[in-house]
Amino acid sequence: MSRDRGSRLLGEGIIKGLAETARNFFGSYISKQRLTTVQYPEERIPQDESFRNFPFLVYDGSDPEAGLRCVSCQICEKECPPKCIFIEKSKDKKPDAVGKPQFYPTVFDIDVSVCMSCQICVEVCPFEAIKMDVKYDYPTESRFAALLFDKHQLAKSNDYYHQIHPTEASAVDAALAAEREAAATKAAAAAAKAAAAKPAATAGAPGTATASAATSTVTPPSDTTAGEPR
Amino acid sequence: MTTAWAPITEPNATETPSLGQPAPRPAVPVTSDSALAEQYLEISMGPQHPSTHGVFRMNVVLDGERVIQLKPVFGYLHRNHEKIAETESYLGNMPYTDRLDYICSITNNWAYALAVEKLGGIEVPERAEYIRVITGELTRLQNHACLLGFLLQDMGASGTPLMYAFREREKVLDLFESLTGARMMCNYLRFGGCRVDLPAGWLDRAKAFLAEFPRFLDEFERLLVDNEILMERTQNVGVLSRELAVSSAISGPMARASGLNYDIRKADAYSIYSRFSFRVPLGHHGDVYDRYMIRFLEMHESVKILEQAMRDIPAGPIQNPAVKARLFRPKPGEAYGRIESPKGELGFYLISDGSGIPYRYRVRPPSLINLTVLEDLCLGRNVADVIAILGSVDIVMGEVDR
Repeated sequence: MSRDRGSRLLGEGIIKGLAETARNFFGSYISKQRLTTVQYPEERIPQDESFRNFPFLVYDGSDPEAGLRCVSCQICEKECPPKCIFIEKSKDKKPDAVGKPQFYPTVFDIDVSVCMSCQICVEVCPFEAIKMDVKYDYPTESRFAALLFDKHQLAKSNDYYHQIHPTEASAVDAALAAEREAAATKAAAAAAKAAAAKPAATAGAPGTATASAATSTVTPPSDTTAGEPR
Repeated sequence: MTTAWAPITEPNATETPSLGQPAPRPAVPVTSDSALAEQYLEISMGPQHPSTHGVFRMNVVLDGERVIQLKPVFGYLHRNHEKIAETESYLGNMPYTDRLDYICSITNNWAYALAVEKLGGIEVPERAEYIRVITGELTRLQNHACLLGFLLQDMGASGTPLMYAFREREKVLDLFESLTGARMMCNYLRFGGCRVDLPAGWLDRAKAFLAEFPRFLDEFERLLVDNEILMERTQNVGVLSRELAVSSAISGPMARASGLNYDIRKADAYSIYSRFSFRVPLGHHGDVYDRYMIRFLEMHESVKILEQAMRDIPAGPIQNPAVKARLFRPKPGEAYGRIESPKGELGFYLISDGSGIPYRYRVRPPSLINLTVLEDLCLGRNVADVIAILGSVDIVMGEVDR
């Protein structure tokens, strides 16, 4: 690697480089490691589990309308950096998967021609309602209309979510179950407290003690899980 | 293969660069009204020339084959990045920083996160710092591999070196994909940590990649480093003097190729870089060949950092629980966070007025500032050298124009 010109006349370096090319060329017939490409449309590399492309809405159960987890809180709409989400909140409430009355989106549009797949909507959603899809080929004939996904196109079942992101979906299900259980215990405790408060004049002491103990153990996890974006 | 080529400084050598006066530029004759004007040819290279990186345009005035004037024209990829950032929340800016230097999105995230962390006085957990170093150095590997491929492609080594480089880059991108979900637009770091923890088995895959990577470096060196044609085309071409590098605020590998011992990983020792032992490679001549070789040596050093980081990474939390990503409101104040990105000093300057969006947001892009000396490097050279010199500067137009 000298910088004088004398050693350059022989062209040793060129021969050395060409030997390397030849090694790679012939090696690709023998070693799988040197043959790194696939014949794309027919042959596809399996996708990684954590791959993300565009968002979709998760629904529980079998009915996309009734089971939609989205309660139209519009946080994702506000936080979306390129502002590609459009939500119209319902006027009335309808029961969600666990029977609690909630608002729901009458319109939920995502313009995927604007979406930049940043996943911030997923991070800020407190209800685990929006997740990232892995589908990447959306060939359409029109440039804008067909890439504006509405609520019906976006709604996909929780089973589908389990299918594309198994690890993440199981964690989400466990967290949701824990949250519901905590809410159920809290409701039961509140009911017990209310029941205990009525005959409080006669035999209040043990009933109220257990009820307040139950509420104090339950409140901290439910507060932290409901309010904080994951 | 050992390179006895460039001297490497001692690990903690401190040397203050002297601010000398750059040599005066050769006078460019302006002869628009004389008879000689017919001899000059003004051509516009780019913005869609295949060997100008991205939409970069140079107005070159030629006297025969020799460049006598070169004016870069910027702005074809301007997309209002800084102004958009002043309307978005602090979190909402993070994915936009991916698009600055789209080859190394994680280091962009890092510089921005560092600025916001300074602004908010946020601590970062130990494990998150290690993850940042690992992903940051992997980014450096793939950026330099990419650059070498592009540079050789520009100089006429069509295809082969670029494909070899991209083969390696692909492996890094696969690692990024399984960690962050995206290959290029990672959007991975958060204020006070990282978004997700390393998935199961990721570290083993990264170690396996790292074990093989030096083999690629050796192969790539054998392929072209000794090549006589390459030496003829790059040695003593586009010489950047140390004085000019200092007075033009050149940073990164380009400054180090001119012998300037300035690496922010050493100078600032941000994050946990003070814990790793690595050396800062320096060049002698400051020509295209030195800038080409310095990338090899830096990759060797990055491999060392990665080995140490992957060995020492502790278990623990990856995100500071006190920081809420949404509704993040730092106190009024200003902060400048800078890192040694693969291309040079990448800095973010932020002013907060206490609201959820930055009052002022400014990027200090290494690509743009390293590009400012392009005319000085090209004057008097042949037009074919312009392409080699431009390639060795390592620019990405997403960062230059913003």
